[in-house]
Amino acid sequence: MTSTARRSPRFGFAVNAVGVIGASIILFWILVAVFAPWISPYPVGKIVDFDYYGPISSDFWLGTDYLGRDMFSRILMGARYTVGISLASVTIACFVGVTLGMIAAVVGGWFDAVLSRFLDALNSIPALMFGLVVVAAVGSSLTVLILTIATLYAPGSYRFARALAVNVNAMDFVTVARARGEGIIYTIREEILPNIVGPVLADFGLRFVFIVLLLSGLSFLGLGVQPPDADWGALVRENIGGLSFGAPAVVFPSIAIASLTISVNMLIDNLPRRIRDRSE
Amino acid sequence: MNAVIARLVLKRLGIMLLSLLIVAFAVFFATELLPGDVAQILLGQAATPEAVAGLRTAMHLDEPAFLRFLHWLFGLMSGDLGRSYANDREVADLISGRLANSLELAFVTTLFSVPIALTLGITSAMFRGSFYDRMVSVFTVTVISIPEFMVATLAVIIFAVYLRWLPALSVASEVHGIGELLRIYAMPVITLAFVVSAQMIRMTRAAVIDTLNTAYVEMALLKGASRRRIVLRHALPNALGPIVNAMALSLSYLLGGVIIVETIFNYPGVAKLMVDAVSTRDLPLIQSCAMIFCVSYLLLILIADVVAIMANPRLRNQ
Amino acid sequence: MGNVIEIRDLHVTAKTDSGRVVEIIRGVDLDVADGEIVALIGESGSGKTTIALTLLGYARPGCSIVGGSVTVDGEDTVAISEAERRSLRGTRVAYVPQSAAAAFNPSKTIMDQVVEVAQIHDLMPMDAARKKAVELFRALALPEPETIGARYPHQVSGGQLQRLSAAMALIGDPKVMVFDEPTTALDVTTQIEVLRAFKAVMRERGMAGIYVSHDLAVVAQIADRIVVLKGGEVQEVGATEAIVHRPSHSYTKALIGAFHPRARVPDPEAAADGPQPILKVSGVTAGYGGTGRDKMPKYVVLKNLDLTLERGRSLGVIGESGSGKSTLARVIAGLLPAAKGSIEMDGVRLGQATRDRSKEDLRKLQIVFQLADTALNPNKPVGAILARPLVFYHAMAGRERDAEVDRLLDMVRLPRGLKHRLPSELSGGQKQRVNFARALAARPELILCDEITSALDTVVAAAVLDLLDELQRELGLTYMFISHDLSTVEAICDRVAVMYQGEKVEEMPTSRMKSGPEHPYSKLLIASVPKLDTGWLDGLRDDPLMAAAMEGR
Repeated sequence: MTSTARRSPRFGFAVNAVGVIGASIILFWILVAVFAPWISPYPVGKIVDFDYYGPISSDFWLGTDYLGRDMFSRILMGARYTVGISLASVTIACFVGVTLGMIAAVVGGWFDAVLSRFLDALNSIPALMFGLVVVAAVGSSLTVLILTIATLYAPGSYRFARALAVNVNAMDFVTVARARGEGIIYTIREEILPNIVGPVLADFGLRFVFIVLLLSGLSFLGLGVQPPDADWGALVRENIGGLSFGAPAVVFPSIAIASLTISVNMLIDNLPRRIRDRSE
Repeated sequence: MNAVIARLVLKRLGIMLLSLLIVAFAVFFATELLPGDVAQILLGQAATPEAVAGLRTAMHLDEPAFLRFLHWLFGLMSGDLGRSYANDREVADLISGRLANSLELAFVTTLFSVPIALTLGITSAMFRGSFYDRMVSVFTVTVISIPEFMVATLAVIIFAVYLRWLPALSVASEVHGIGELLRIYAMPVITLAFVVSAQMIRMTRAAVIDTLNTAYVEMALLKGASRRRIVLRHALPNALGPIVNAMALSLSYLLGGVIIVETIFNYPGVAKLMVDAVSTRDLPLIQSCAMIFCVSYLLLILIADVVAIMANPRLRNQ
Repeated sequence: MGNVIEIRDLHVTAKTDSGRVVEIIRGVDLDVADGEIVALIGESGSGKTTIALTLLGYARPGCSIVGGSVTVDGEDTVAISEAERRSLRGTRVAYVPQSAAAAFNPSKTIMDQVVEVAQIHDLMPMDAARKKAVELFRALALPEPETIGARYPHQVSGGQLQRLSAAMALIGDPKVMVFDEPTTALDVTTQIEVLRAFKAVMRERGMAGIYVSHDLAVVAQIADRIVVLKGGEVQEVGATEAIVHRPSHSYTKALIGAFHPRARVPDPEAAADGPQPILKVSGVTAGYGGTGRDKMPKYVVLKNLDLTLERGRSLGVIGESGSGKSTLARVIAGLLPAAKGSIEMDGVRLGQATRDRSKEDLRKLQIVFQLADTALNPNKPVGAILARPLVFYHAMAGRERDAEVDRLLDMVRLPRGLKHRLPSELSGGQKQRVNFARALAARPELILCDEITSALDTVVAAAVLDLLDELQRELGLTYMFISHDLSTVEAICDRVAVMYQGEKVEEMPTSRMKSGPEHPYSKLLIASVPKLDTGWLDGLRDDPLMAAAMEGR
């Protein structure tokens, strides 16, 4: 980290330039995902060019795809699927994982032992492979995708949050609260959660990256978002035929994915040590 | 090996078997219970109710789910993987040849990535904060952040499209001599090695840095030891366990990567077989492939755990 | 006789977590003559370890030497190259670390690490080095000197490791030894053997040394001269006798003053009514790990313990690490349910676990922990921390609660403005006061104090003890005061219980601590506490009890 740290009074901690760039790109894609239908120059499904795999031009900023549809519009809409599905899954996964993790850490005993053993076992299922299995069995829809991905990533989130919460739980101020006679809910909400929220958010970001990669992988295999809709992974799949001549239609969705995931990593790596420190 | 280590290793083994049982149930649940009526799916909507009922009895679908799970599990353990829905061949026959291909791919990848990752990981930890270290970090973060298919497509664009050194597809049946073999494996191995070694470098670097921050390394420095001596004699022997652990865990990334890589390069391995089975909804084949993946993953984790236990100097020198 | 160490106008800076650069050593001068041992004394953050490390030309990561010179045996460690520093370390200056347990590499044998200096600098053949190491082991009074080197660090005790680390430093026959708080992590009875070994070796070889410590009494035994440091500056320098008996600087006076607690004056009112038990612990057995078939825990920490606390009085509980004294507090507070026995408060039997006790029972008994850093939630302002017990036990709200928070801050002599601050913005002493005020908020009758002054610097701790004493008189509180520091207990307690391996071996009035403990272990423990008297360590040789105790090790 060479960039000079500067103090940002609003967040109360310093974020350096690299982190700010990362955050801006993430914000950009989130805005795109929200406003995609209003800013797309062409309807996503409409064939607008006679040429397929068209080059970059003033009409088609990012060229056209294998059917002659505008890539710029398709990437804007693709952001909706990639960002939307990933955010929904990671939110469910982290909410369930963190809640269970904190409860397990505070309650302890057999509840913790059984839950940990079970979720650790689930954690040892390779994600992409299990995605294949579920899609093969029940087909692919947005709901199935979100729930499957959330199920696959909740155990990891549980494990992470539990490890942090166990450390906090061993601190004297929690012991004091217990000696005072406080209940489980108060202990979790007031004593544990505020002290793990920083690392948990960093973990949320990392898990989001993994999910974007998994979703893209599934879509690339044709098992994620189904046509006529397409997320970025599906856009790469559709246009893979243009790979041999380096068509913009296959290059730009890849760049979109990379820009999102690398930005999240950049942001997290440049968070202040206090937040980033992981106590696993 | 002493008694304490033996007990700990046995415990890990027990945990692995328990995990395997839970994982097996998850696979069974996803493939047999989630989809609803398998007989109906197989015969299609047009089938007569009698035909569906007949098939259901034949497939033991009338039995309670738990019994079916036990049947299936004992079948797996006795080597009876069932028959493929798609072409009515024994699943075991379909898999056996493919498994060897996948293992070859994994083996060659490991052979390449481990030495590279070890060197880069250890040296970047030694020169932490230097320009070299930062370059390595940028490389690993980038590779980890992009999807495997992108690494693969980049490799195709560079080596097959522009340089024309290597073929974009690999078909293992047409091997003539060493040169041919290299050309066939090169592309999948390059892609996988990138993905796996990026993880390995990161984890190795972290493991070495952890030991470099200890009080005994500072003590060695204050005894007048050189940087070389500190790293080789003091840090590495203690980082060995964590490093091997990191290696085993990173290799598990092979499992995710191999699915994409075999598909892109049309490599005839288990993963490709599974992806094909998914498109035909060939459930027995999918189940078996899934179990192979899970078992290999759990084995890698077991190896990692056991190495960590064996490498602990307190346990080793009891 | 020339000076083997000359430090002139030394300046060291450190980078804080937020990236600011602060000067932690501000222009220190220091001389050490040949064969002289000089102690650096000061509280945490005074810069004593930083100065000691500059003698080896080393600054911890984040710190850098920005000015001045450090001349050791004719060479300026600041100016020379890294290679020259390497050849200096271990041969001419050697370092004995604070925690030998962490400073030994766990995967190599002790012998390999002891002779490593000889190997690195190619001082002698390895056989000769090993022979020399065995001689050093013998000189340092280590058991089985011939074979102890073949063991691994985790296979020997803490006190032995500390002496082995001295052997590791001595192997290169250095001109200067740097001791960095080498006995701080040890129990008092272990500390004695280590101190004696160090002193004997240093005296015999006539080596010069720097001895870093926060403990004046320890330093008084071993140093010729004392340098008192505060905030990275030298406050006072003088011969040990002079500093101990005739300190001139106000800070030194405060340090010495904190060492001589005034004797406890029993409260006449409490004595008038005769003793009234408030808490009675009978036959308590407790421990950790799952319970077996006999309902006994796997690791028993407390064995069949009886204890009575009298209302308005203070009971001190002393013992070494592992004696079970902290476990006792946890059992009484209901944090660790006892496997056997009963705890009665005001004649009524309490539930074993907190969840079996009524809110009223919980309120009457509060516990205060040692480390204020971990005892206060770092994410809550002081006001919120103090308000919670008020809401929880007394259902206070609004203005009434705010007024009570102000009153509590007044009680522990903290400015009211502090309630808006986070714990990380307070000093150690302030944190411990907040920690105590939180217990007071419950309006308790009995407070269990678990080593509450141990982590504080001497002067700050003395002020906290005065406050505790005052509050006891004002509010009629009962204290159970757990400590490994006997002078703390002497200052505040009426009676003392001595714990050893989970059992109470003796209980006596504080006044008898000095004159006549009866149990052999109590005698050993009390006699082992260093006294602020330069002749104390040497005088122990004549004590038959201590001699016998040391034979046994």
